[in-house]
Amino acid sequence: MQQITEIRWHARGGQGAVTAAKMVAEVALSQDKYFQAFPEYGPERSGAPIVAFTRISDEPIQIYSAIEHPDYVLVLDPTLLDVVDVTAGTSEGAVVIVNSEGACSELAGRSEMAGRKVYTVPATKIALETIKRAIPNTPLIGALAKVSGLFSLEGILEEVQTSLSKKFNDGVVNANLEAVNRGYEEVSDE
Amino acid sequence: MARKAITGNGAIALALKQVEPDVMAAYPITPQTEIAQNYAQYVANGDVVTEYIAVESEHSAMSAAIGSAAAGARTITATSSQGFALMWEMLFIAASLRLPITMPVITRALSGPINIHCDHSDSMGGRDCGWIQLYGEDAQEGYDNAIQAFRIAEHMDVRLPVMTMIDGFIISGAIGPVETLDDEQVKEFVGDYVAVNSLLNVEKPVTVGAFDSLGGWYFEHKIAQNRAMENAMDVIEEVGREFGELFGREYAHFKTHEVEDADIVLVAIGSAAGNVKTVVTKLRAEGRKVGVLKVRTFRPFPTEQIREALSGAKVIGVMDRSDSFGAQGGPLFTEVSAAMYGGESHPQIYNFIYGLGGRDIFPDDIEGAVEMLEKAAAGDTLAQQRHYLNVREG
Repeated sequence: MQQITEIRWHARGGQGAVTAAKMVAEVALSQDKYFQAFPEYGPERSGAPIVAFTRISDEPIQIYSAIEHPDYVLVLDPTLLDVVDVTAGTSEGAVVIVNSEGACSELAGRSEMAGRKVYTVPATKIALETIKRAIPNTPLIGALAKVSGLFSLEGILEEVQTSLSKKFNDGVVNANLEAVNRGYEEVSDE
Repeated sequence: MARKAITGNGAIALALKQVEPDVMAAYPITPQTEIAQNYAQYVANGDVVTEYIAVESEHSAMSAAIGSAAAGARTITATSSQGFALMWEMLFIAASLRLPITMPVITRALSGPINIHCDHSDSMGGRDCGWIQLYGEDAQEGYDNAIQAFRIAEHMDVRLPVMTMIDGFIISGAIGPVETLDDEQVKEFVGDYVAVNSLLNVEKPVTVGAFDSLGGWYFEHKIAQNRAMENAMDVIEEVGREFGELFGREYAHFKTHEVEDADIVLVAIGSAAGNVKTVVTKLRAEGRKVGVLKVRTFRPFPTEQIREALSGAKVIGVMDRSDSFGAQGGPLFTEVSAAMYGGESHPQIYNFIYGLGGRDIFPDDIEGAVEMLEKAAAGDTLAQQRHYLNVREG
């Protein structure tokens, strides 16, 4: 059976989940992998819970249905944990990475997290300190690289550099690079 | 050539840009909007010299496209769903005037109830309007078909409009890898536009859209249209073969996977064909004799080739993403059934309607369909011919 890594992103409209799913696709492209990135289509409103998906494989992907059993779940907003069942459809051993400043052990103790590998990364804090805006997507991509090993940190930094430098000045680009780096360093399962 | 991470819509807009037709007349509608928007951006940026006509409705879009094509310009538009429905009367006129307009259709359900998501009710509803119809599975096929459409439409043995479909949102809005061609490769492949009976040719004045009633040639006109459809059968293959020789991706009327020795064959169209293929590969590894035939050309329908390809199957399951109310089954089902009736073998044929209004079609749904067909193959004929997949209870 074809090996496909499936990722589900939970966020609120405006937090950059779709951009993050797209950025991961671009990284996959740059590393000659096959990929798909798509949002769950619906009325998108700033602040409302949204879901996006990414598939990655070494072979062409020919399945287009929504991801039911993700290997990785990324939660861009910790307040969603009480609103959405973020572990729905996941098997034991699935990885959950939550944007949170709280202790990982606290989150891991929640009933829906039983058997899942839980990580936290203070992505909003990092974003506020680097890019000066509460958009936690780039630190989370760094965290995903570290935890999953799907991509090298260098590959992501290169991609962020290329894609952002088309639109933004060096200051913004460097802040985002730092955000990815810090996400990579600060993700923790403790 | 380049490998890009791009949405289905983005890929198609790029293909149209690389062809750089004379006129684009379009009205934005979900989920086609990105095509109209990107193309308008290309025009605004000066990337193309195309005349962009921002019309007030799809009826006007097709009317403007007809006027433009009759005047002798290479002309395109794009639409979805209600927009397609609003074009309805003009679609027939474009085809009967033998105008080689090309149009990507980003398939979407028709109201009501109101729904913006994917099914094939729009394009399948237009299957008898005289346009050639090519369906793509993914963004790559959407891109490649959009380019080949010009060669097919403009071929002197054909001169018919061509619509190329991809699934709304599922493909149009998803980012995937697409191998794009260089602008020069595309321009060279489609070649220069040759206008026929141009309204603007004052040396040879013609009347377009004349009255042709009792005592006239209306009937013969329709027969000529159907002959052009027959001619298109070979032209679509020739163009697909040449595309393959030049760029490494060959296209035919349909594609089979594990069909040769299969007892059970699923016939699918659009993105679901990929889902089915993924399931077939898994079931084959378990030793189950299942195959899939993915239809690309729906008009003209490759009756004889499909009959031949399916002749070894014991049971056929045809998957339709639109229903045909009061008919024996969905459009693809009735077409495949009619094709098999004319053959030697008479396999059992069942219809699976799925995905209406964007309802997802999961691997488990497809495996469930295969299990039913396996029972039928074992001699346990199914009571119902038409089945619905992934339907809510109650």
